Amino acid sequence: MTATDVPVQPTADAIVGHAPLCNDFSLTVATVNGSGSQSANNTLLRAIHTMGVPVSGKNIFPSNIQGLPTWFTMRVNRDGYLARTEQAQILVAMNRASLHDDIRELASGGICLYPVDFPLPTRREDVTYYPIPVDELVKQSGVENRLKPYVANMVSVGVLAYLLRIDLKNIEEALSYYFSGKQKALALNYGTVKEAHNWAMTTIATQAPYRVERMAATDGTFLLDGNCAAALGAIFGGVQFVAWYPITPSTSIVDNLSEYLPELRREADGAATYSIVQAEDELAVMGMVVGAGWAGARAMTATSGPGLSLMAEFAGYAYFAEIPVVIWDVQRMGPSTGLPTRVAQDDILAAYTLGHGDGRHVCLIPATIAECFEYGGTALDLAERLQTVVIVLSDLDLGMNLWPTPPFEYPDRPLDRGKVLSAEELTRLQGAWQRYADVDGDGICYRTLPGTPHQKAAYFTRGTGHNEAAAYSERPEDWSANLSRLAKKHDHARKLVPAPVIDQVAGADIGLIAYGSTDAAMQEVRDLLAATGIRSSYLRLRALPLESRLTDFISAHRRIYVVENNLDGQMHGLIQLHCPTTAGRLTSIAKCDGLPLTPHWICECLVACETKETP
Amino acid sequence: MTTTTTPETVPVNRIGLHKSDYQGASSTLCNGCGHYSIANVIVGAAYESSLDPTRIAKISGIGCSSKSPAYFLGSSHSINGLHGRMPSLATGATTVNRELIAIGVSGDGDTGSIGLGQFKHLLRRNVDMVYIIENNGVYGLTKGQLSATADLGQKIRHGGVNHIPPLDLCMEALIAGCGFVARSFAGDSRQLQTLLKAAFAHRGTAVLNVLSPCVTFNNGEGSTKSYLWGKEHDLPLHEISFIPLDHEEIHAEYATGDIRDVTLHDGSIIRLKKTASEYDPTNRLAAMTLLEEERSGQHFTTGLLYINEERQTLVEQEQMVALPLVQLPPEKLRPPREALERLNARFR
Repeated sequence: MTATDVPVQPTADAIVGHAPLCNDFSLTVATVNGSGSQSANNTLLRAIHTMGVPVSGKNIFPSNIQGLPTWFTMRVNRDGYLARTEQAQILVAMNRASLHDDIRELASGGICLYPVDFPLPTRREDVTYYPIPVDELVKQSGVENRLKPYVANMVSVGVLAYLLRIDLKNIEEALSYYFSGKQKALALNYGTVKEAHNWAMTTIATQAPYRVERMAATDGTFLLDGNCAAALGAIFGGVQFVAWYPITPSTSIVDNLSEYLPELRREADGAATYSIVQAEDELAVMGMVVGAGWAGARAMTATSGPGLSLMAEFAGYAYFAEIPVVIWDVQRMGPSTGLPTRVAQDDILAAYTLGHGDGRHVCLIPATIAECFEYGGTALDLAERLQTVVIVLSDLDLGMNLWPTPPFEYPDRPLDRGKVLSAEELTRLQGAWQRYADVDGDGICYRTLPGTPHQKAAYFTRGTGHNEAAAYSERPEDWSANLSRLAKKHDHARKLVPAPVIDQVAGADIGLIAYGSTDAAMQEVRDLLAATGIRSSYLRLRALPLESRLTDFISAHRRIYVVENNLDGQMHGLIQLHCPTTAGRLTSIAKCDGLPLTPHWICECLVACETKETP
Repeated sequence: MTTTTTPETVPVNRIGLHKSDYQGASSTLCNGCGHYSIANVIVGAAYESSLDPTRIAKISGIGCSSKSPAYFLGSSHSINGLHGRMPSLATGATTVNRELIAIGVSGDGDTGSIGLGQFKHLLRRNVDMVYIIENNGVYGLTKGQLSATADLGQKIRHGGVNHIPPLDLCMEALIAGCGFVARSFAGDSRQLQTLLKAAFAHRGTAVLNVLSPCVTFNNGEGSTKSYLWGKEHDLPLHEISFIPLDHEEIHAEYATGDIRDVTLHDGSIIRLKKTASEYDPTNRLAAMTLLEEERSGQHFTTGLLYINEERQTLVEQEQMVALPLVQLPPEKLRPPREALERLNARFR
């Protein structure tokens, strides 16, 4: 279907004077990139979270270090709906350049906090304005010039805390979390928050129509970004070698590896049980991880679209030569350089078929922070089990933004190092083994590692045609037997990858399929649909290759919608190939504008389709 | 390792292996190809250096030269990778297994054209390996196109004459900070084998840029990559010999004015006997000057151009455990349960 923006009715109908709306609003902080708003934003987010109220935060930022507009949006929702909304009810307008647009986009009935010296554009009658003497309050803090922009952001935290009734104790706790150990910074920032809070208390007469009220919905959870979870998952998954090249939005995976590996994986004498190499480009990155995987290490890299393109030749090589490697692809908006700081789920086809010639790769698709952690280890296990490339398809929204998550669970299975023959086993076999012989019938062969002290351990690894003994071969029967075995191995992988998560509702009118960060919108979508009388089942894909439970799900529903954040409907196309006989039941709900899909947009599309179907 | 028993009379090396234990499959290179001589020299050098074949990893890119690892060291693991990407494969493999003896084999197209970036970055990192460039100035497998080391004026079958000056890969290695830069000739097995043994003993990347004539596409009159040219213009810097660590000769005769000994990291010695002129192989600037002067002349200087044993290798810089990473048991790879509990508590 054609993807178009659907105007959405304001969800907040609260107006000044009515009872405040509790724990259900979106908030946008508009700032200038590089002005140091991150601590203030995260403080606010964490304070709300620790008050027990479900909240998520998204940094909508430009590909720029300093000067361009940037927005931080928060969704506060008592029902746990944490996906993006089209409009915010609360605007903290700290950027003169985007002020006009920011106010225009505010929801009807919303409120706008802004520095008193900003010249306001035409006033909207349906918005309540709160001018704040930011400069004056900053001056009172007595802070040096260099730190003024940071402190200015804390002023808005103080005023918001008053207006929304966020407990100052939670703000203080959040500040001490982010400034852990830096007493001076903590005192300065919290001092400013309190000053601003006092000012608001004594000056602001109009009550704000939105509130944060303490709940118990976030107990036991914490806020984290997917890239940090991925790094930790890989560390607890025994990663030994990391090669990488900086690229947004994947860079923070390696930043986190570099931060946590020294803490978690050094011997008493300080010696590292891992290695991280920053390569000269992604071609070299992939060569290094393939070399390390070939030599027997758990090797991984993290990249994004353009880097993935550069890794294509080696990905095909590793598939064909059967070398375990893991690639975390934190997807951003392409094609080409595209929008490097904006989200998309647009590498599905590229990742699945990365490389030339025949071949498909195992892909894992996490949708939550907990899954980012879990797949950090699962990907390494599967790569070694299947002796192949495993690509984890995360994305910017999941990878770089903060989401609530339950604590991480310690892996319950030992590391799976796959089919590797030791010198002792080779002796037992009297040296009779063949690198590419399918002894077990699952398409997965036995390998040896370089350095194995046995005269018969060696074999010749090549990207050229080879027979079972790994010798060069151009014989048609060798070539087709090898490719068929690789396809069989891929089939075998269907049983090993994470199964889809299915909520099948008896008598459902439609089946919904989504994956990755889009999942965050889906429960709300289903509830919105239910309110219009449409009952839905839901299947969340967690991996490629696709498997039989998906086929059954499609067979069980007359109309299926595949919701995804790319324009081409990439997963929709793959599912149609997977289920050719029921392909006609599938409709693509696809959009790519650099932002996470909103529940309202998805819902509008679905309702429009269903209305057409059932006049 | 296990080995076939050999009769008493057949010579064995220090680790009890016969030279045939270092052989590979039969060659499919053209008759007379320089690469074939080099393959034989590698067999000889590995045998004489008593390298354990099961510890050797042969790594190559794409091209005639990169195919050649099939023709030597048949009991060693080998990875024939992608065009120009041998250095990155070697970096990954040697980093996770510091006990591997890595032998990289590449050509002038593989290293000087498509792989120049990886070549230079490998040298910057000082990956511990022997890097052999089999240099013939031409693409063989695609039938005779120009490489980055092709002579000015070199003629090719399709497309005329080369007008773009060649790269000197020894110069590139020196600029990139390589600690062992040597040049040799496939027609001088004795010198090449000695240099190769020294390269095995060197700590860090040892580059051997070897003139290896392509008898099919670039062995004609006037080609500076031909056998004839090599023979007529070869100007060895010194007579070179290699004295391994455990050799009795080590204290036998010490330097006269004409002899210079360079001690390698493992204690073995490269002995350089002066030929025509004085040359100091530990002076990087002198090596560059030599190559620069040679560029305009008609000489083809061979021998050890530069050596520096002081640089740390990549693995040394990384401060890793002494055991190869690939030999670490699972409990060294997965942090304990308490570590995760600590993190969970910290994030709250």
